[in-house]
Amino acid sequence: MASPREIRRRIRSVRNISQITRAMEMVAASRLRRAQNRVVASRPYSERLRDMIADLAAIEIDAEALAQFPLLTQREVKKTAAILITPDKGLTGALNSNILRRASRFVLNEAGGPVEIVAAGRKGRDFMVRSRQSVVAEFSGMGDNVSLDDIRPLVGVALSAFVAGEVDAVYLIYARFVNTLQQVPEVHQILPIVRPEAGAEGTYRDYIFEPNPAAVLNELLPRYIEVQVYQALLESIASEHSARMVAMRNASQNAKDLVSDLSLSLNKARQALITQEVAEISAGANVGR
Amino acid sequence: MADRLSVEIVTGERVVYSEEGVEMVVAPGADGALGILPHHAPLVTLLSAGELRVTKGGQERALAVFGGFMEVTGDRVIILADSAEHAEEIDLARAEEARARAAAATASGVADGDLQSAAASLRRATIRLRIGQRRGGRRGPGVGPGNNEV
Repeated sequence: MASPREIRRRIRSVRNISQITRAMEMVAASRLRRAQNRVVASRPYSERLRDMIADLAAIEIDAEALAQFPLLTQREVKKTAAILITPDKGLTGALNSNILRRASRFVLNEAGGPVEIVAAGRKGRDFMVRSRQSVVAEFSGMGDNVSLDDIRPLVGVALSAFVAGEVDAVYLIYARFVNTLQQVPEVHQILPIVRPEAGAEGTYRDYIFEPNPAAVLNELLPRYIEVQVYQALLESIASEHSARMVAMRNASQNAKDLVSDLSLSLNKARQALITQEVAEISAGANVGR
Repeated sequence: MADRLSVEIVTGERVVYSEEGVEMVVAPGADGALGILPHHAPLVTLLSAGELRVTKGGQERALAVFGGFMEVTGDRVIILADSAEHAEEIDLARAEEARARAAAATASGVADGDLQSAAASLRRATIRLRIGQRRGGRRGPGVGPGNNEV
């Protein structure tokens, strides 16, 4: 058995660790709350935008006019791009490996061709670089307070690759936030845009366009992509914090258990030492007699 | 159909304004300001940066919006703005500061791309300032420049 001094030292270090994990848990909890609020706050915009596009989906677009909107063109998919959204940091339990496992399955099996990775988040970039995938762009260190403006360059990379015909489809890979205990890796196609089904209301409308339909759609469609990426980014931020919060709570709990185990062995060791000393003293006394 | 509009102004970050029973909306359309009254024909338009006015119960509220879309269907007006704020929310001192900075950047003639973005931020700052300064004076509904009601 280890000496009491050694055990005391271990108890001290485990306590220190548990202080850190508890602090990280609390930080993650408060950031999670903020991130959740942001997810909720961003929903109306994306819902309205989807409705608007659905309303407009009723407009007949013939093949010739369709060519004007490259974002709507379906091509035979030879090469794809994937926007991989991951946290920048670890200590998130199984979250990172779950996303990365899902991402590798997509790259190896589902994409059916070469995949170019646009990495948003350091973990995804590191993983893809390590596994020798082609990472064409990297965006990391965006922090919690991303705005729509911040993601424009990220979306721009994917959009221009698609419009230039370098890739034939663009996917989004991110961790969807279900609740604090559950985050699901999602793979979701964003380009070419699959036009949402027209609502029953939207079908008959004769819209006036200002300045003209093409100009409106040309603004609306990229915005639609941006909003989807933005929403995914907010969700994965919420996922990251909730995963970290749970992981840190478990770590704190483990530390607590460890401390109580160690205290028990400390007491035993101390007891044994005292017993031994008493035995030695009485043995010594016996010898002297 | 009611004789009032329900108006929603939404940005990526939040719902800025959401009210029922609105009498009129004047929005900065891409081709100039346009007024929306109840029973307007379905319309989708791009918005430019400028002042958006909402009249409800004879009271007019001003907002600064910067780009986006407006959809009018029946008596519903949905404005998806790139960014929007109420006139009362505009911090005049900060807006003035931003305007001065943007003006300086434009005047000093920086590189091409920068010049464009400097000019854009100058425009934004000027609009914010103008709308912010007007928040004190409330004017009657329906008077304003470039008000081509449809």
